Amino acid sequence: MPAVRTETMTVNMGPQHPSTHGVLRLVLELDGETVLSAAPTIGYLHTGIEKTAEQKKWQQVIPLVERMDYLSAQSNSMAFCMSVEKLLGVEIPERVKNIRVLLAELQRINSHLVWLGTHGMEVGAVSVMLYCFRERELLLNINEMIAGFRLFPSYMRVGGLREDLPRGFHEAVLAFLDRFAGKLDEYEDLLTKNEIYLKRTIGVGAISKENAIAYGLLGPIARAAGVAYDVRKAFPYMGYETYDFAVPTATAGDVYARYTVRVAEMRESMKLCRQALARISPTGQYAIDDPRITPPPKDRVYTEMEALIQHFLIYSQGFSVPAGEAYVPVEGPRGEQGFHVVSDGTNRPWRVKSRAPSLLACQALEQMIVGGLIADVIAVIGSIDVVMGDVDR
Amino acid sequence: MGLESEIPVLTTSVEKMVQWARRSSIWPVTFGLACCAIEMMAMSCSRYDIARFGAEVFRGSPRQSDLMIIAGRLSRKMAPALRRIYDQMPEPKWVISMGACASIGGVFDNYAIVQGVDQVVPVDVYVPGCPPRPESLIYGIVQLQRKIAEQRLS
Amino acid sequence: MDSSALIDLLEGAVPGVFEAVASVDLQTTVYVPRERVVEIAQALRDRPELGFEFLAEVTAVDYWPREPRFELVYVLVSIEHRRRLRLKVRLPGADPHVATVSGIWPAANWLEREVWDMFGIAFDGHPDPRRLLMPEDWDGFPLRKDFPVQIRRPAYAAEPLQVTEQEFRQNVQRDRLSRQGHEG
Repeated sequence: MPAVRTETMTVNMGPQHPSTHGVLRLVLELDGETVLSAAPTIGYLHTGIEKTAEQKKWQQVIPLVERMDYLSAQSNSMAFCMSVEKLLGVEIPERVKNIRVLLAELQRINSHLVWLGTHGMEVGAVSVMLYCFRERELLLNINEMIAGFRLFPSYMRVGGLREDLPRGFHEAVLAFLDRFAGKLDEYEDLLTKNEIYLKRTIGVGAISKENAIAYGLLGPIARAAGVAYDVRKAFPYMGYETYDFAVPTATAGDVYARYTVRVAEMRESMKLCRQALARISPTGQYAIDDPRITPPPKDRVYTEMEALIQHFLIYSQGFSVPAGEAYVPVEGPRGEQGFHVVSDGTNRPWRVKSRAPSLLACQALEQMIVGGLIADVIAVIGSIDVVMGDVDR
Repeated sequence: MGLESEIPVLTTSVEKMVQWARRSSIWPVTFGLACCAIEMMAMSCSRYDIARFGAEVFRGSPRQSDLMIIAGRLSRKMAPALRRIYDQMPEPKWVISMGACASIGGVFDNYAIVQGVDQVVPVDVYVPGCPPRPESLIYGIVQLQRKIAEQRLS
Repeated sequence: MDSSALIDLLEGAVPGVFEAVASVDLQTTVYVPRERVVEIAQALRDRPELGFEFLAEVTAVDYWPREPRFELVYVLVSIEHRRRLRLKVRLPGADPHVATVSGIWPAANWLEREVWDMFGIAFDGHPDPRRLLMPEDWDGFPLRKDFPVQIRRPAYAAEPLQVTEQEFRQNVQRDRLSRQGHEG
């Protein structure tokens, strides 16, 4: 009787793969269907944004920075603007803070909708993707209304915003919020108590609280594992301490827990949006009054000489930022984000480094999938919500 | 094409028939790299619905697809993988370079990004934008369909 | 922020190594000497009054042509005490290296690989010192100030062959023989 020899199989997933959310490469070693080890390889989307940002003026870095984590563009630009404003030592007016909070929370809903759609599609619920992207079109309409661009508005600038809110903004946001609550209930009807979804996600890809802390995951993944840390509550910014909202957590740390945490976060974001919207007047101040930083309005540029010169100086040589370094943490949709900005006193940054929550989530991926089945790998990658633009920068 | 008056038969040439079949069911392979991939997904969803143009299913495997929409910035590390996927696609195959980064390097003129995907694969249609609106990409696909309609078989 | 209180706690834990500087943001900023990094990191994580269990960021800044050229930056967060700390280490331009902290915070594994990849700062004792973001055969450290931003070089579209044809045939033969031995 010949001896049976078993050996493990090495399977390469990616970098081009329908379900890896971008260009992530996983080399899996399998024993039958059980995953023995996983070695993620990243860097297939490395764009050198940090090096390019050193060549641009401060205001020109904002479009670059938005394209890093392309699903949370306005959170990115808000974090960068906040770090530069800290270096400049300027205080943002109240109305601008409220608008920034509103846009950041809308961006969070936007990003979670993409996550829910793609995650649902990979687990098998294809209609969830169509529904989520349909709701997302309303949010992209709002983006288009304020800046003319769907994905990357570049609306947040150092010192405030690019221009005032357009007419019809309040009505559009209220219409979205009124419609979205019912739609979110529909998505929950499809997934939360669905037997197939529960079987595919409960107990899958669990990470313990200690491991979540050790691997530096500061976001929905850690909150689903029981770590009650949210930058908006721990180190509040932009007036978050004056808003009334809760931070949902769970204890299981598996894919289903992350799903419940993110859906609950979407509901909390809706509450925050309503509160912020009530505080914003339809017209008013949209940037600080500092003439070095904020360009004057166009009607003054066309009629006054000083405004013309100021406009020319700001757009040709930019403003200089005092030397030093600053890092202001912000709660993005994926966790703590921020930009470590180093200035040498000139009009170009010396170093811009983005704290990428997705990078650490990719690193912790091995912890979550080893020991599971290969079919669960897809569910886990979907649940950690990596954006490869953020991982590779 | 000639239309017989009573018998429901259409007559045409083989070339026109093949061109019509090819352009009306272009199936893309999923090659979304970066932000343009999100707009590509939005294009395939209910509002912009690429299925009405025939590009209904995004095939996961390159061996079952006709079209590669390179959506996003191509880094130097990814270039060999792109070429390998392109080589695996069977003829006839077409390539749409979607977005500024794929066409010319986009905003990122640096050491890490290939300045234009046409250094690695031959491109049929370039769609500019950062990212291009889904309507722009649909227009790009319609232009590709016109190009296929003019391709001779021999 | 109770920055001075934190610095007193730090001095109580590991005396004589911290050099505090002013900072404009939430993080208390201190410089530490290169040789004591692991010992300080251990104290920061394990002492209950400090409790910095989260490593948020490891990065470096290149101040060429100033010497010391590099500054390595660690950003630490303590959740229960709601404090943030920025730890900085000055490194020379010639042969910059420092001990790894990935044994203390596993999150540092990939973060230190990225610093090696981008700046060329070596981490002694790192379990996996490979490049992270650039291709493995890349030459140079991109984020250093003397590395050019734009390079004009055609893209490599084909990966180099891993084995020669000779070796390939030998591999196939060896595989065939090993399977025959078991089935016989």
